[in-house]
Amino acid sequence: MSSSLLTDVNPSRGGSGSQPAESFLDVRDLRIHFNTDDGVVKAVDGLTFQLERGQTLGIVGESGSGKSVTSLGILGLHRRGSAKISGEVWLDGEELIGASPERVRLLRGAKMSMIFQDPLTAMHPYYTIGAQIIEAYRVHHKVSKAEARKRAIEMLDRVGIPQPQRRVDDYPHQFSGGMRQRAMIAMSLVNNPQLLIADEPTTALDVTVQAQILDLIRDLQSEFNSAVIIITHDLGVVAEVADDILVMYGGKCVEQTTAEAIFRRPEHPYAWGLLSSMPRVDREVRERLVPIKGNPPSLINLPSGCSFHPRCPYTQRNGIPCKTVEPTLAEGTPEHGVACHIPPADRTAIFKSDIAPNL
Amino acid sequence: MINYILRRLVTAALLIVAVSMVTFAIFFLIPKAANADPAEMYVGKTATAREVEATRIKLGLDKPIYVQYGQFVKGLVAGRDYDSGPSVTHCSAPCFGYSFRTDREVWPLLLDRLPVTISLALGAAVLWLAGGVAGGVISALKRGKLADRAVMIIALAGVSLPVYFTGLVFQSLFVHQWKIFKGGEYVNFVDDPLGWANKLFLAWVSLALLFAATYARLTRATMLETLGEDYIRTARAKGLKERVVIGKHAMRAVLTPIVTIFGLDLGTLLGGAILTERVFSLPGIGKLSVDAVTQKDLPIILGATLFASFFIVMANLIVDVLYAVIDPRVRLS
Repeated sequence: MSSSLLTDVNPSRGGSGSQPAESFLDVRDLRIHFNTDDGVVKAVDGLTFQLERGQTLGIVGESGSGKSVTSLGILGLHRRGSAKISGEVWLDGEELIGASPERVRLLRGAKMSMIFQDPLTAMHPYYTIGAQIIEAYRVHHKVSKAEARKRAIEMLDRVGIPQPQRRVDDYPHQFSGGMRQRAMIAMSLVNNPQLLIADEPTTALDVTVQAQILDLIRDLQSEFNSAVIIITHDLGVVAEVADDILVMYGGKCVEQTTAEAIFRRPEHPYAWGLLSSMPRVDREVRERLVPIKGNPPSLINLPSGCSFHPRCPYTQRNGIPCKTVEPTLAEGTPEHGVACHIPPADRTAIFKSDIAPNL
Repeated sequence: MINYILRRLVTAALLIVAVSMVTFAIFFLIPKAANADPAEMYVGKTATAREVEATRIKLGLDKPIYVQYGQFVKGLVAGRDYDSGPSVTHCSAPCFGYSFRTDREVWPLLLDRLPVTISLALGAAVLWLAGGVAGGVISALKRGKLADRAVMIIALAGVSLPVYFTGLVFQSLFVHQWKIFKGGEYVNFVDDPLGWANKLFLAWVSLALLFAATYARLTRATMLETLGEDYIRTARAKGLKERVVIGKHAMRAVLTPIVTIFGLDLGTLLGGAILTERVFSLPGIGKLSVDAVTQKDLPIILGATLFASFFIVMANLIVDVLYAVIDPRVRLS
């Protein structure tokens, strides 16, 4: 991956048993399963990725592909009773899955922090914006309310809220959508997190505000040299901000490479589908967007073999075992992982002849 | 906020006026429908026709109904004089008239009974609020576990068993069988606080059981719903302790419906808990009203009804104001 140029600033402090990670964030074979009455939901099934400080990873996929579950899993926000979590998550040399809940709680909101999707529901309706930011600051800092309030006003100012001294005492419902998202970002960044996970940060916003919010995240990232994960179903968003991209399907990663490569030479048929269903304003308007046929798979009963095969237009070509053997990312290269049985030369050829002309 | 409260106050005042009209109309219409003459009911069956006529004039029953209503309202606000020619009886505000049976003023009668009713209602309210909300929270946090089942079974039993059953069982066990509490007359709190609590305790528990069930169920349902809210996830994502997430962020939302029904329940009970007062022979407003009904003592029925509706309207008003305090979004609309 392109992010390997950065080495950790702090040498790994090491954790238990397994070798400590070299990357700032190192997720290894993360599995998050939920037991339900209908069976085991494998929301995330064997996810591995690394992320360095100052870099941005985009996680892309349809609803129900396991994007949000992954981020909540990293933050330790799943209930231990209902979710079965295995694998390793190393953050700055510290393993989180096996750590005590209390230890993870102390990191949460401080070293790692999250921006949620819909700030109207994600902020408490009964408390003022200021009170919520002050609370977030005081969980991790032993300071007076007055000092925390100063910090809250400073943060609101930083994210571009006009008259922060006055707006700090407003309630979330008194803010507009874009303002609320800024306030949410101010709250997430109040403790200068080194890992920031933004879960669909711009979904509820109109396009101009979207661009402002993305700029804001990028500015704050470069200021603190934080690692950022942006979770989205919007390829336009990741095109703008991400260094690397991880495409998820049915709880697994199906393609993993740089943002550049995903747009220039995507190799997985699912990624082709995502790109073909994305509107483009810089090209001539085509007749119609091409949707991916079918629906996302049930995470309880994933299709056999490659879980994308029922929706894949290129399945079973030349007798490749799509329905029986599960492909791994190793079907691609270390720099461009692709979980697809189609031979690499064929993938490139299909993309050039069938897909690229229609994008 | 001031505007909001003022608007609610006006609504409350209008409601009370409407209730007074309806109750007064009933007071006037019921005797008519039953072919009875209020004046006759007042003086008694042995009175002569002239005495009945004199009473009719004295009470103003000979005037049209709207004049009577006007006099009644004037009595409530400013007091009124009953003029029977030679003698004038002054009834000072708020004047609900005189009891048909005992010829005593209704208002002091009501005031006499009020401490008993307040004692019963407030004591029970403390118990059911504490028990119901605590039970509901435990139940929600331990969903599906033994504690949840236990609380819900107790709640189901509480809401299903009528006061005249639990009350009698409690009395027979705790008073007569085991002699833990003494029965006997109601005593005032100021005279004998311990005796007061001793007499009321079983009544509090019986009444509280009935209400606690509703509160436990409501708290459980709201808490479960709230725990699924995004802002609870945000609170956890901030790194707050679970105790703070539940005790502060979740409880704040759970409180809203609880405050609503609590205000209404308490308001209703202040108008008299008829069954409980009877079972435990507590001389409260409920008992006064039941006795008045059996004796067809119309002024007391009218007074007690207005008194009770006053409490309910006030409770509504307080709930509305509290609502605005709890939920900032209410203040805008």
